[in-house]
Amino acid sequence: MRKKWTLLTSMMALVFVLAGCEPLLVLDPKGPQAERQANDIMLSIGIMSVIVIVVMVILAYILFKYRASKQPDDYEPPHIHGNKWVEIVCVGVPILIVAYLSFVSVKSNYIVESTPEGYENQEPLVIYASSSDWKWHFSYPEEGIETVNYLYIPTDRPIEFKLYSYGPITSFWIPQLGGQKYAMSDMVTTLHLAADEAGEYMGRNANFSGKGFAENTFNVTAMSQADYDEWVDEVHDTAKPLTEDEFETLLEPGHLGQMTFTGTHLEFSPAPEHAHNEVSDEDSDESHEHSNHENHTEEETDHSGH
Amino acid sequence: MHIDHSQPLEYSTQQNQLNILGFWIFLGAEIMLFATLFTAYFTLEGRTGSGPTPAEIFEITPVLIETFVLLTSSFTIGLGIHAMRLGRKNAMMTFFGITLLLGLCFLGVEVFEFMHYYHVGATYQTSAFTAALLTTLGTHGGHVTLGLFWGTFILLQVKKRGLTPETANKSFIFSLYWHFLDVVWIFIFSFIYLKGMM
Amino acid sequence: MEFLEFFERFAIPHPSPAIYASMVAIALTSIGIVAGLTYFKKWGYLWREWLTTVDHKKIGIMYLVSALLMLFRGGADAIMMRAQLATPDAKLLDAQHYNEIFTTHGVVMIIFMAMPFIFAFMNLIVPLQIGARDVAFPRLNALSFWLFFAGAMLFNISFVVGGSPDAGWTSYFPLAGNDFSESVGTNYYMLAIQISGIGSLMTGINMCTTILKMRAPGMTLMKMPMFTWSAFIANVIIVFAFPVLTVALIMGTTDRLFATNFFTTESGGMDMLWANFFWIWGHPEVYILILPAFGLYSEIISTFSRRNLYGYSSMVWSMILISLLSFLVWTHHFFTMGQGALTNSIFSITTMAIAVPTGVKIFNWLFTMWKGKIRFTVPMLYSIGFIPLFTIGGVTGVMLAMSAADYQYHNTMFLVAHFHNTIIPGVVFAMLAGLTYYWPKFFGFMLNEKIGKVTFWLLTVGFVLAFFPMYLTGLDGQARRMYTYSEATGFGPLNMLSFIGAALMAIGFVTIVYNVYYSFKNSSRDIGSDPWDARSLEWATHTPVPEYNFARTPQISSSETFWDSKKNGHVLFKGEIEEIHMPNNSGVPFIMGIIFFIAGFSFIFALWVPAVIGLIGIFVCMAMRSFEKDHGRHISVKEIKETEEKLGGAK
Ligand code: HEM
Ligand SMILES: [Cu+2]
Repeated sequence: MRKKWTLLTSMMALVFVLAGCEPLLVLDPKGPQAERQANDIMLSIGIMSVIVIVVMVILAYILFKYRASKQPDDYEPPHIHGNKWVEIVCVGVPILIVAYLSFVSVKSNYIVESTPEGYENQEPLVIYASSSDWKWHFSYPEEGIETVNYLYIPTDRPIEFKLYSYGPITSFWIPQLGGQKYAMSDMVTTLHLAADEAGEYMGRNANFSGKGFAENTFNVTAMSQADYDEWVDEVHDTAKPLTEDEFETLLEPGHLGQMTFTGTHLEFSPAPEHAHNEVSDEDSDESHEHSNHENHTEEETDHSGH
Repeated sequence: MHIDHSQPLEYSTQQNQLNILGFWIFLGAEIMLFATLFTAYFTLEGRTGSGPTPAEIFEITPVLIETFVLLTSSFTIGLGIHAMRLGRKNAMMTFFGITLLLGLCFLGVEVFEFMHYYHVGATYQTSAFTAALLTTLGTHGGHVTLGLFWGTFILLQVKKRGLTPETANKSFIFSLYWHFLDVVWIFIFSFIYLKGMM
Repeated sequence: MEFLEFFERFAIPHPSPAIYASMVAIALTSIGIVAGLTYFKKWGYLWREWLTTVDHKKIGIMYLVSALLMLFRGGADAIMMRAQLATPDAKLLDAQHYNEIFTTHGVVMIIFMAMPFIFAFMNLIVPLQIGARDVAFPRLNALSFWLFFAGAMLFNISFVVGGSPDAGWTSYFPLAGNDFSESVGTNYYMLAIQISGIGSLMTGINMCTTILKMRAPGMTLMKMPMFTWSAFIANVIIVFAFPVLTVALIMGTTDRLFATNFFTTESGGMDMLWANFFWIWGHPEVYILILPAFGLYSEIISTFSRRNLYGYSSMVWSMILISLLSFLVWTHHFFTMGQGALTNSIFSITTMAIAVPTGVKIFNWLFTMWKGKIRFTVPMLYSIGFIPLFTIGGVTGVMLAMSAADYQYHNTMFLVAHFHNTIIPGVVFAMLAGLTYYWPKFFGFMLNEKIGKVTFWLLTVGFVLAFFPMYLTGLDGQARRMYTYSEATGFGPLNMLSFIGAALMAIGFVTIVYNVYYSFKNSSRDIGSDPWDARSLEWATHTPVPEYNFARTPQISSSETFWDSKKNGHVLFKGEIEEIHMPNNSGVPFIMGIIFFIAGFSFIFALWVPAVIGLIGIFVCMAMRSFEKDHGRHISVKEIKETEEKLGGAK
């Protein structure tokens, strides 16, 4: 019993040390998009703290000043309906704050939804990231490479991820490079990222997708373009080609380690054609784009038994 | 029970007024129900998978008959309520009877229409479009079916008990329900059938 | 042989000793209850006084008891989750069980705990606050309750019969479809929520009608007490939001049972449609829960500050604005679905806009205390704790509303921290405050203040410890709904802290039960009808409240009529006592609840014969109701006078 308590207290101490010292992943950005998001977060934490403190101070003051024990027995509080000016301030100030945050929010939306700032003049590297229960498949169509559960990317180059899923909705997330986006089975979504620094980053599926969800992670390694090119060559020399049969077995539910192939599954099992630009879910005209997508949905049904 | 004779019979007691207001609120909920169904339909209309498209399965004749029959029934129930206000029990019962018969015709044609869809390969399971279509039509049709039973019960009660504040109240509420189904049908007719056939 | 095969479907797919133990416990408890009722000859009492009642007060009490029971069920789930996550790589629960538990936790807490809790207070308080005899449709009210109860029971047996749902309380497709959720669990989800949802919708209609049409003479809309206003708005939202859920659940059900393709990945099905429908209902739903809570806080803060509510009309208008905006923000639950910058920007702005009327309300509560004479009773403590804690929940909501940043918060513990930060200090504290505040009105004795304060502090400290660390782990990359994490992630210590907090909260909830027991034994029964020196009409009648509520209809002067009558000489009750018309009890709502339960159960297991029989049974009940002649009964003047005398003099 005693031992348990010492353990607990030392753990509590650890918490504060930890929280204080090591930067939280999201607040330790390694790319322009994550940086923008981290800045927004810090900005809003700042403004919001002021609001919380103001409310707490007013509350503490009122509780202290007007508690019954401090007042004469015969004190009868007045009947107060409201005051125009007080109300204007109570509405006006929040409106100003919200307006300012909305302004920032809208601006950030356009930034995170396009090629990262400062990278506009470069040709983006396109990588298809598709999830299946409970793995990630990364296809590099230009390089003719496919990997499972790990991702190599060059630094200082914009990367365009094309996301979709062979199964439940998942969410592709590399906290230090930028926020997440869903991968779904009937359309492709796009996520723009870039890495400023070489290093290893954690990536995962953030959206609950069933039994193997907790372990649905992948490793991201960012390296210089030269190292990256070297890796591509090496893969072409050493890895074996990805066949349709092989890919089928990869799709079966379960966990796999890291794997490398030449060629991509896009050749025989292309991504759904339907790209999701602005609300297509409310758009009923896009009717016949499913012809192509039919192929892979069939595959999904027969690997669904688990 | 306090009866206020300055009001029409169906509004003449406190409970009657509550019933009518409550029913209006219920119709508000029904509007949301059908609005959701329509949203689903418009979203899924083009998602036909390997099944047929709207233009391939819709046929104008049964739809026109259904529309005509249902609109007429809405008119006859209006006449029924008018007769009720005048205290003419028999006229009212006749109009209600005609309304219910027209409702039955509507249902008959709708069943025929559904069989047609089945034959041309547009079943409940065929595609997102067919599921949305049949659910929307089916929900409306289900309402009509329920209405037929309900209307018959009311008719029997009017026959047995005469025009009391209670039976008048029920008849009036039933007429609101019936008109509502008519309005929903007009939306179905315009935005599902006509739009789909164009 | 065939016989056994038939029963195989009821077996649970992922058994564990704990589940077998629960089965035994459930069986023993049920036997115990039946035996107890028989031994003490209470069957008749149970039937006459409770199962067939149409009295809004008794229905309110039944909601209250059910909500408390469900709070403990959901709480047990919560503590198991926190224990599993307290240390890295823990083996207490496996992935499947963890998934089932957080799914049932979410559903139970929202649908079967928070909803009946607010319905309890609406039922108990609204008719009294507006000076009515009952709600507009007492029989329908009973039916609403029994449908809720049938749904709740159906959902709760899932873990011992056939298996619990495991796709999250949001039940996103395709995960919740047949391909990826093979057990009947998600069928339970679809049907249990459907049944209780129909009950909620009927309550919505009932309460709206009641509040619009049955107010005592003189009570204009702008003289309604604030809780009634909040209940009214919440019920308007119910009427418009619940049909969306009804349709979504029907589609989900047919996808699972009849192989339709609404949300599948084949034949044109569209998974995102479910997410949209779910949140078009889901976001208004959170306001359905929070608005009545706001109403309760308004009543309590004004009573214990001994002041009128500051800014009454701005309170009303902000609620109206909130109710409208609540339908225009649903997309903020999936900013990351790829709608593009424009859509996200629009919904980002509408979402933040809700913060403005909410802020107005916070300031109004603060100014209500200003120049007041504040008494720190237990209900007031909850209200005071609510203000700063809910403010934190609200401002983190604004942070989440910044859609670009939400790409980082979404699906993480940060989100979990946010919604618990609003729901627990917002809804749960309000319910406990309301429970303590109104307890004497309905049970005739006060809850012990000392124990109540202990509970308050346990819950508050526990809450802060349990949920504030999640803001940090969320920003550190801990996704929600993960059943485990490795040591290397560094999430361990903060999660341990959360567990300690959760344990404190659990102890806090147990002290509530103890408080009821202790106060029942020790509290004085001689408390008069107005023990808190309150201000609104519900305190103007006797304690306990007679079945007809008020012997004579009250005359209203302001939103604080009762206070006026105490301090300013307003005459509340005028004229002679007259005969009172009351509705008859009926067993039909209860029976319909049972039929709904059976039909729902049969649908869940695709047993078509009993399912169809059940449906027919429901229609037969409705038909019988149509033909029934039910004029209610009358309470004579003599009887009223006797009751009034017994309760301490005519009012
Ligand atoms: C003792 C107090 C509570 C504790 C310790 C607790 C803990 C938790 C935990 C650990 C989760 C799951 C996090 C994950 O996804 O990994 C969760 C989710 C959730 N909780 Fe609570 N909870 C408590 C009270 C409540 C209350 C009172 C409500 C509602 C009125 C509530 C509503 C929810 C909802 C809606 C979810 C989301 C479920 C889902 O995403 O499937 N919780 N809670
Ligand atoms: Cu929301």
